[in-house]
Amino acid sequence: MNQPASAYFLEERHDPNETHTLSVLVQNEPGVLARVIGLFSGRGYNIESLTVSETESQKHLSRITIVTTGTPMVIQQIKHQLDRMIPVYRVVDMTLTGSSIERELAMVKVRGGGDHRVEALRLADAFRARVIDATTESFVFEITGNSSKISQFIDLMRPLGLVEVSRTGVAAITRGPEGM
Amino acid sequence: MTDKSHDPNQMTGAAMIVRALIDHGVQHVFGYPGGAVLPIYDEIFQQSEVEHILVRHEQGAGHAAEGYARSTGKPGVVLVTSGPGATNMVTPLTDALMDSIPLVCITGQVPTHLIGNDAFQECDTVGITRPATKHNWLVRDVNDLARVLHEAFYVATTGRPGPVVVDVPKDVQFATGTYHPPRKSDVHISYTPRVKGDATQIRKAVALLANAKRPVIYSGGGVINSGPEASQLLRQLVEATGFPITSTLMGLGAYPASGPNWLGMLGMHGTYEANMTMHDCDVMLCVGARFDDRITGRTDAFSPGSKKIHIDIDPSSINKNIRVDVPIIGDCGNVLGDLLQVFKAEAKKPDIKAWWQQIAQWRARNSLSYRKNNDIILPQYAIQRLFELTRGKDTYITTEVGQHQMWAAQFYGFEEPHRWMTSGGLGTMGYGLPAAVGVQVAHPDSLVIDIAGDASVQMTIQEMSTAVQFELPIKIFILNNQYMGMVRQWQQLLHGNRLSHSYSEALPDFVKLADAYGCVGLQATKPSDLDGAIKEMIAIKRPVLFDCRVAALENCFPMIPSGKAHNEMLLPEEATDEATAKAFSGGKALV
Repeated sequence: MNQPASAYFLEERHDPNETHTLSVLVQNEPGVLARVIGLFSGRGYNIESLTVSETESQKHLSRITIVTTGTPMVIQQIKHQLDRMIPVYRVVDMTLTGSSIERELAMVKVRGGGDHRVEALRLADAFRARVIDATTESFVFEITGNSSKISQFIDLMRPLGLVEVSRTGVAAITRGPEGM
Repeated sequence: MTDKSHDPNQMTGAAMIVRALIDHGVQHVFGYPGGAVLPIYDEIFQQSEVEHILVRHEQGAGHAAEGYARSTGKPGVVLVTSGPGATNMVTPLTDALMDSIPLVCITGQVPTHLIGNDAFQECDTVGITRPATKHNWLVRDVNDLARVLHEAFYVATTGRPGPVVVDVPKDVQFATGTYHPPRKSDVHISYTPRVKGDATQIRKAVALLANAKRPVIYSGGGVINSGPEASQLLRQLVEATGFPITSTLMGLGAYPASGPNWLGMLGMHGTYEANMTMHDCDVMLCVGARFDDRITGRTDAFSPGSKKIHIDIDPSSINKNIRVDVPIIGDCGNVLGDLLQVFKAEAKKPDIKAWWQQIAQWRARNSLSYRKNNDIILPQYAIQRLFELTRGKDTYITTEVGQHQMWAAQFYGFEEPHRWMTSGGLGTMGYGLPAAVGVQVAHPDSLVIDIAGDASVQMTIQEMSTAVQFELPIKIFILNNQYMGMVRQWQQLLHGNRLSHSYSEALPDFVKLADAYGCVGLQATKPSDLDGAIKEMIAIKRPVLFDCRVAALENCFPMIPSGKAHNEMLLPEEATDEATAKAFSGGKALV
């Protein structure tokens, strides 16, 4: 084992990365999102997508949905590190529950005329995207679905005059009667 | 409606802070006044239940509170002002977070209407200290203050202990509101640390222990944090099982150094027998330690053949660095109690005679040996003499960080928990002197010694003034080799002996410095002077700076070179230049 002169053991980890969706139920108090994000940046974890909003205003509860990648050991660490934060009630790994639904919403602005305009409308119809704004030279589509469906739709719009996209990030919930 | 002016629970925010300290049994606060905490200092002036220890720098207050906490098991309390007062606390807060020390730090803040305006002595204290604390709060309403203060004490002292910050704007200190004594509902219902270990897991652990052929117990600072009962239970477990035991730097004293099963400290500068036992064991019981990188060496070669049991109160410590087979989440003392009960009821002492014979062979290598010298004081010898001459006394030891710290850990034998205060996780030079101040405040009649280095001690030397003011007879025992010894050692071993900025050319005359501070300066330059000077130091009932001139180029062995496993230690007699160069793969040839 050769490594450069160092006071630390420099290890290469070869475990493959996995993508997990975590639902985090937190007390909605000042700074709580900064704590969660600071944990990820401070410990070098990835955030692929982050969605947060108050879900029960009576109890001051917010739900944060985080999509993250890492080796299985890192994913386990992330969950433990989140769980030990004082304002965190629960952390559920939606990917491990095996039966969660993930949805994302995107608004997609497309500009153009002629055949491109017709083609964009036809594809939007196939993807069940709704027109929520229209001018003689543009559309804004609203599309809901899992992230890969949205990415696919955006890719199709690109040659048809894609201007910009606004995505909400992933929201997730488990199937069946039980809550988290 | 009652007349609020006669309600004893109506008071200013500043009064609430002092009242909450009293309600939590706080006797000493370490702090430094400033504009944003003046209302609190005014309250402190007008009462006598809480004594305030005035330090010379806020960092000193933080480390003093750490020493106080570590030596008593009670939370250390700090009071500092906004802006620089708060930023100077970042080092001790981080230090306390790494070593799980309960601290409650109250910071002043600019008035709420000025927050965010770049006001004088304003900083984003909760933002800056968020990653340096277990939790922190900015209190914007005086009616939240009592609840937050009570929660702060609860969070700091329960579960895995740690530092907390309560940031209180000056207008909140002046405002009048309603105080209430501590109550259960003050705490976030989302905070529920787990104390009791899972019974099934404990049974699994006992089954592994009972059938072990080559077991080892590896204990850490968590046992100390759990309280004196945990150390007693650990000793009983060692007795009941007959297993060998080693400990991390933070865990020294939980099992007595004179105990028959003691292997010495493990890790980078641990003993040969401790590290070899860890490497070759078949069952490892880790109690309140966290498989830190100074302990494991290269993780892919760490104790490859063992089943590992890990007791820790913090679930995030499990499987962080090393994958374990039987994790048990819970308080060390609580779990050890249950484990011991099940072991005694269901298992008998395994026969591990062959294992002890193997360990005896490793011990015979005498890995802490050093060549004797009659002309120059060797640092190892100095610590040994200090240990012998303070043995049996009511002694507390603190350290700074570096070679002297490792030699103290290797050569000073700790018999009891809470007697050893050192900066383990963060490795803060300048920790030991203010920590000694804090320990001495808590134990005014005990012998408190900071084993220091000439470089480290200068980082917080100003606290000698605190010691003199409060008549705290701390002893600062400086192993003076004129180098940042550990930096120099690494430069020798890893950077071709290019000693880049590790030599202190212009050290102060520590004896004169002691004089200037109004304490006592002593010096020893020859081995023959040492015992007499140490005895003199012990006899003096005032603060002492002891300038112990030691061999300049002595290095700290044994050592696990970086990138190596436990069974690839470099022993002192093998540490020739050639062998050292070879052991440090990638390292340059030594000059």
